[in-house]
Amino acid sequence: MSIEAREARQPWILLSPSLTAITLLLFVPLLFILVYSFWLRTAVGDVEPAFSLENWRDAVTDPFYRDILLNTLKIAAITTVVCALMGYPAAYFIARARGNKAFLLLLLMLPFWISYIIRTMSWIYILGTSGALNTTLLWLGLIDEPIQMLYNETTVILGLVHFLLPFMVLNVYVSLEGIDRTLEDAAGSLGATKWQSFLQVVLPLSLPGLAAGSLLCFVLGAGTYITPAVLGGPRDAMFANLVFEAIITQLNWPLGATLSLLLLAVLGTLVMVYNHFLGLGQLMKGLS
Amino acid sequence: MDNTTRYQRLLERYRNGDLDRRSFLGLIGAAGLAYGVQTPFARYARAQEVSQVRFDGWGGIVSEAFREHAFGPYTAATGIEVVDGTFGGGDEYLARVRTSQPGEFNIAHLSGVFDYARYHNLGLSVELNEDNIPNLGLVIPALSDAFRSISGGPLSCVPYDYGTTGIAYNRAYISDEEAQEQGANLLINAAYEGKIGGWNDWRTRIWYGALQTGQDPNNIEDIEAVWNAVREHRDLALRYWTSGAELMSLLAEEEIYVTEGWSGRIYALQEQGHDIGYIDPPNGFGWQECLFVIAGSPMEACEELLNFMLEPETSIAVAEGQNYPPALDPTQVDLGDKIPTLPAFDPTGTLDGLTFAVPDYWNGNEQDWSETFSRVARGY
Repeated sequence: MSIEAREARQPWILLSPSLTAITLLLFVPLLFILVYSFWLRTAVGDVEPAFSLENWRDAVTDPFYRDILLNTLKIAAITTVVCALMGYPAAYFIARARGNKAFLLLLLMLPFWISYIIRTMSWIYILGTSGALNTTLLWLGLIDEPIQMLYNETTVILGLVHFLLPFMVLNVYVSLEGIDRTLEDAAGSLGATKWQSFLQVVLPLSLPGLAAGSLLCFVLGAGTYITPAVLGGPRDAMFANLVFEAIITQLNWPLGATLSLLLLAVLGTLVMVYNHFLGLGQLMKGLS
Repeated sequence: MDNTTRYQRLLERYRNGDLDRRSFLGLIGAAGLAYGVQTPFARYARAQEVSQVRFDGWGGIVSEAFREHAFGPYTAATGIEVVDGTFGGGDEYLARVRTSQPGEFNIAHLSGVFDYARYHNLGLSVELNEDNIPNLGLVIPALSDAFRSISGGPLSCVPYDYGTTGIAYNRAYISDEEAQEQGANLLINAAYEGKIGGWNDWRTRIWYGALQTGQDPNNIEDIEAVWNAVREHRDLALRYWTSGAELMSLLAEEEIYVTEGWSGRIYALQEQGHDIGYIDPPNGFGWQECLFVIAGSPMEACEELLNFMLEPETSIAVAEGQNYPPALDPTQVDLGDKIPTLPAFDPTGTLDGLTFAVPDYWNGNEQDWSETFSRVARGY
């Protein structure tokens, strides 16, 4: 075998464990889910092998699913904007900090050491009627009786921001770190103020990081199940909650499979649009 | 069960016409291959040697009582280990069972006759040999009869405890008189908007919707009126709780003042010193729990374990731990001092004072009502 042929095969040999794992753990289960989506639920909750488009027709045409999907995308979008507004200054601060970047990054990563569910539930003890915030406000005499802050869409968004903010900060931070600092000096030497230098040099160059962070936050936010289940009121459901209910409560695995594929398709389309305009390279950089 | 007995049963099924010739020969051949050849499949055959039985329950103090009073003595007497697992909810557990291999899960502490019917309808039930469970004779007959009516006579479970889902209220804000007077309508009293809770369970929501519209929950004639009552409650409610722990937390922290609640959990709150009242309105929701044997389990080992779990000492310890009366007939067994004080306890052993859901009626409407509730809960 020639050296060229061996070199051509080498990447595939190295990649084969990953490709095998992805095939077996992602594509094969997805194929099963796809097959399930054409099956039917029997009266007793079992599944009946068939080739029916009934689940797809319901999922696509029923206004109930459309409205919940749109509401899910809306909540994910609001969460992403809040994460961007809060995350950019934090990332900028870390990127421009002198000497203690490792410590600041460690602080940023600390929440990941605690379970996401525990972090979400912690808000109950902060925002509850006898939680930390109400107790403090009562103690300070700023309110006469506890304010009802929990179990609404705002707390769902708050919980999502808490979960997703580190992803945004890390992406923007990586982007800011890659900017040549001498460009800012050059802008200054040409008469730009610090604000002008930021607006016209730093911000445009860091936009790919901001976009990558936004994509991550949006996709993760739109697929979440725990946060609305823990912090939401009766009406505050996101699309993943419907998938859970279809599969677990209603024993309707075919419909649950269809809904999960629908959500995957919508989010996949968004990722493809992102890739078309910005490329996934920046996202990979942020994740590395 | 030894191999000879297993093969004899296979032969019996074949002779009775329950197995065709090809399946019979295939099963015999597969068993021979599994035993004769040391392949990865042999472990399935060895699993039938019964060195362990798996039990799944709600965890916490109930599992502790089972471990101390039933599992330990059972293992000492039989040499069979009990693997003690837990689950967070019946629906989630059913999903796990459906995706498992036969025999992987053996006995589960299931809620209500609904689950019994679902497991039976999905082909997950067995026929218990009641001669191997002499303590079943101590159980209130009405509880067993409810299960027998579903599976046509034989049992796939033993009844274990019962309780009610009544109305719990904070006495600091709602008096006993007001609760008694309003009954189920307390849950849709606009004066408590934002301080009302409810279980995120379609059956409970519909049951109380029926009571609020003056209908028999086991024979609803105007379901649209019920859905409107569910909507009314939804719009007044702060939160649909999803677990007993959350129910207790919401009431104890005064996030809500009134909700329907599980009798045992409310009793636990009262024991902790919270001033929470509890009433069962007329036609309040009665239910029972059982220990269900899942298809594919080693039958004799499971039956023996069930008998240990039904020992009065074990049943009473579990009941006192979880605050639900045991299924034991109080006219036959001395249940001690605490159990007669528990909510829902029936000293007559007839359970005539409780209303249970008719499983055929509710399971017959399950698909439609559970899907509709999902929509109604989201504002439809």
